[in-house]
Order: sequence, then C-alpha cells, then structure tokens
Amino acid sequence: MPVLEIAVKFGIYAAMGTVLIFALGVVTLRNLFHCALCLAAALIGTAVIYLGLRADFLAGIQILLYVGAVVTLVIFAIMLTEHLAGKTVRQNNSQSLPAVIGLAAFVAILAALIVKTPWPLQAASHAKISVMEIGQALMGTYVFPFEVISVILIAALIGAVVIAKKDNSGEQS
Amino acid sequence: MNRILGFFDQIFVSAKAWLLALLGRFLPDWVVVLASIVISGVVILVMGAVIMMYLTLLERKLLGRIQNRYGPNRVGKWGLLQPIADGIKMFTKEDIIPANADKIIHLLAPIVIVVPAFMIFLVVPFGRGMTAANLNIGLLYFIAVSSVTTLPIFMGSWASRNKYSLLGGMRTAAQMISYEVPMTLSVVPVIMMSQSLSTNEIVLAQSGCSGLHWFIFTPWGLAGFIVFFLCATAECNRPPFDLPEAESELVAGFHTEYSGMKFALFYMAEYMNAFTLCGIAATLFLGGWQGPFLPSWAWFFGKTFILICVMIWFRGTFPRFRVDQLMGFAWKFLLPLTLINILVAALWHFLPPVWAWLWSALILVISFFILVKLNINFVPEKRVYTLES
Repeated sequence: MPVLEIAVKFGIYAAMGTVLIFALGVVTLRNLFHCALCLAAALIGTAVIYLGLRADFLAGIQILLYVGAVVTLVIFAIMLTEHLAGKTVRQNNSQSLPAVIGLAAFVAILAALIVKTPWPLQAASHAKISVMEIGQALMGTYVFPFEVISVILIAALIGAVVIAKKDNSGEQS
Repeated sequence: MNRILGFFDQIFVSAKAWLLALLGRFLPDWVVVLASIVISGVVILVMGAVIMMYLTLLERKLLGRIQNRYGPNRVGKWGLLQPIADGIKMFTKEDIIPANADKIIHLLAPIVIVVPAFMIFLVVPFGRGMTAANLNIGLLYFIAVSSVTTLPIFMGSWASRNKYSLLGGMRTAAQMISYEVPMTLSVVPVIMMSQSLSTNEIVLAQSGCSGLHWFIFTPWGLAGFIVFFLCATAECNRPPFDLPEAESELVAGFHTEYSGMKFALFYMAEYMNAFTLCGIAATLFLGGWQGPFLPSWAWFFGKTFILICVMIWFRGTFPRFRVDQLMGFAWKFLLPLTLINILVAALWHFLPPVWAWLWSALILVISFFILVKLNINFVPEKRVYTLES
C-alpha cells in the first residue's frame, strides 16, 4: 500500500514540523503560561514521532511523564506565582549573539557527526522492542543502575519532605 | 442456541466486516484501510456524544429518585428527549468571554478537553474483538492520555482571569496529580497477573469458569478495584471528590466563566470520562466482556452501567470532602494500601491456591485496619469553662 506509506511519511514530517514550531514558541513567546503550553504541545508531538517510529512504550511514557507530570508541575508553579502569570517576560538578553554563535558551532559539529556516522538502516527498521523485553532488561541486565536511580529518587523525596517540614524547634524556643 | 448467541455476539464486528468487503469490491486497498479507521472513528464519535447525552438524563432521573422526586419527565416519553432539548438550549445561549480573558486559550480549553476523553475510547474493549485499536500498551495509553486531562482544565481556569476559576484550577491540579498515583499503582497487580498491558489480553486473562474468573473475586482484585474506582471518581471530579467545582464555595470552579456550547463541551468531557473510567474499571477487574449466556457487548455495557449507577449513588448520598481530608485520603490511605496490594499480588502468585487466599486476605484486612487506625486524626478534647461567681 504505497499511498498509506506515503501518508504516514508525510504525517511524521508534519509532526516534526509542528514540534519545531512549538519549540520555537517555547523560547520566543512573552507569556510564561503560553510557553508552558507550547512545551506541552512540543512534547506531545515528540510522542507522536515516537509512535511513528513504532516505539509505543516510549511514546506512552513520554506523555505520562513529561506532559502528565513535568508540564503539570511547571504550570502549577506558574499559577502559584500569580504575579508572573499575567505579565510578559523578556526571553532574551544582551548575550544572545554569543549564544547564537555557540549554538551554530554545536549544530555544525552535530550535523557533521550525523552525516559521517554509518547508520545501520536495516537493523533499525526491524527493531521492535516489547514491554516485556524492557522489563526483563531493567530487572536483569541493568538491575544495578535501576536500583541506583530509585535510591536517588528516594533521596530527592526525603529532601523535599525535609524542606517542606515545619520548623518546630524555632517555635518552641 | 450457540450459533444464535455467536451471531449476536459478533453482530457489530460482522456488520463492519460486511461493509468493508462491500467497499473492497470496487475500491483500492488503501481506501478500505482508511474506511476501516473512519468507521471505527465515526462510531466512537457518535457513541461518545449519545452516551454523554443519556448519562445526563440518567443522572438527573436517578438523583431525582434518590431525593424523592420524579426528575425530568416532560419532554418526550419519560423525559427521553430532555438531552436533545438541553442541547438546543446550549446552542442558543450567548457565548460570553470575560473582557480580560486570554481569548485564544479561553477558546482552546473546552476543545482540547474533549480530545483525551474521546481518545480513551480507542482502547476500551466493548466486546469480543470490538476494541477500536488493540494497542499492546493499551493500559499505559489509557493512563497517559487521561493524565493529559489536567492541562485543559488549567488552561480554562487560567485564561478566565477569575479568582474562582483559578482556585478551582489549583484544586484540580492538586487533586488529579494526587489521585493519579494510587490509580496507576492499583492497576499494577492486574498487569502482573495478566502479564500484559493490552486491554484485550487483560480481559482474556479473566476467562475461565464460564467467563466468571474475574479479578475482583480475589483479595488483591477486590482491594485494587475499590481503590481504582475511588480514584476514578476523583479523576473525573465527581462527588464526593468534586472540590474543583464545589458550587457552594467556588460558583462552578474552573468553568465559572464558560457559557453555551463551551460549557457543554466541559460537561461532555466529564461525562465521557466517567463512562470510560467505569468501562476501564469493568475491563480490569470485572472481567470486561466476559460472562455467561449474554452476548459479550451486553455484558460490558451492563457492568459499565452498574458502575455508573454506583457513581450517581455516591453523588446522591455522600457529602463533599474537605481539602485536607481529600489529600490525606489519597496519600496516607490509598497509596500505602496499593503498595501493600502489589506485594500481596506477588505473594498470591507464588503460594499454592488455598494458602494464597488465606494469607493475602489476612494481610489486606490487617493492613486496612492498621491504616484506618493510623489515619484517625488527633482531635483535642473539648475544654469546658465553668463560670465562677
């Protein structure tokens, strides 16, 4: 079915274009809330690209973690600081020019590397990783990094609790 | 007898197959593939809207009965045309946008909120072979898509520039983030037992005993179902968890500044979410479309309908939570219970049947009572001052 394949290809390119537009919006819009919404849209677009590349699990996790949790927290923070929500904020400062030059250099190096690397096209198109394999890899081969990450997460959680805890010693004295 | 049952069981599936075969005679292959998608899509769009309309009628009728009155009964026989009258009324209302509102986002919020509500319908297995898209990450897809619902509520509440809207939005954020955690964890035992994320596979894992081998008939399944159902009620902001739109304090919460069709879209998303969450609860714990005698879709809709009636019953009988009670319930009670439930499910897997029953039931009951005991707040004794003359 060549027609459908072409349609899927165009769909993926359209998704990439949309992601780029929204990503530009994140760094150029003046209103912080609009930026956060653009970020959410860009992340959803990334998930769509993952879906197009047949990485279902990754797409699901992308939406759940980034759109469902991270962006929600960002927006929550923006709404808690009410005086930021309505105002417009400048997104650039006097250091834009050096930043653009540095970015251009980085993109050039990256592009050179991408062009040089011989990508194994055949293997990539057939790689279909199931959820079960990911689980087995996490619990088998990569169990040590997995546990280290959970320890780090718990440390962060405890840290948050300690920061948020009421300072009782101050009140008593 | 079996043949008749099989015919009714597959009536929708074979209708679609017949239509596609008809199209395939004089159209190229890719049109048929597209048509297959379009047919499923149109069925879902129409079904979502119709279900929403009649859920409002059902809710008003049942609430009326609970409050000892009739409910709507004037438009059509038994008030059956009431939803259509409501729809026409919504179309004729004036569309009001507050002067200081963020116009674009104010317009986008009600449109965006309907999208995830419709998207969840994709993975709901309505009957044998009646899942619109049999994704192998079905359950993860459901959790991910339903977590997006917070965003449009934020958009609506922020764009209205209204203190009630904003307060409602903040409450929604706190509530939905909190209740997502125990909801996700409560489905983990189901994934462990069926060893799949696909909603179809989960239903198939509950076959046996003439289709009555449901997960709810196990200790961990019962605990998981109760936690999941409570969290589902909280996720679609229904009473007793309706703090985001508490009428008596916040006017209407995040949709205070919406009128006409925009308000109707918020309403629609809420009812469709209630339906899909009940459907997913039935799929995960009540065996989905499994069941003896009746066709599979009749079982699915029957179970979902009963769960929705329970939700309406909640609304008619329970008073609203306080904010601290709401948060405490999610984090101090449901979350530890789901964690214990995951361990119990693992225990169930490794023990022989009778012992598994005994141990898991025992552990769950004991931990339930310990959690209840720990959650009783300290209330200081009332002091009485006597007047001394």
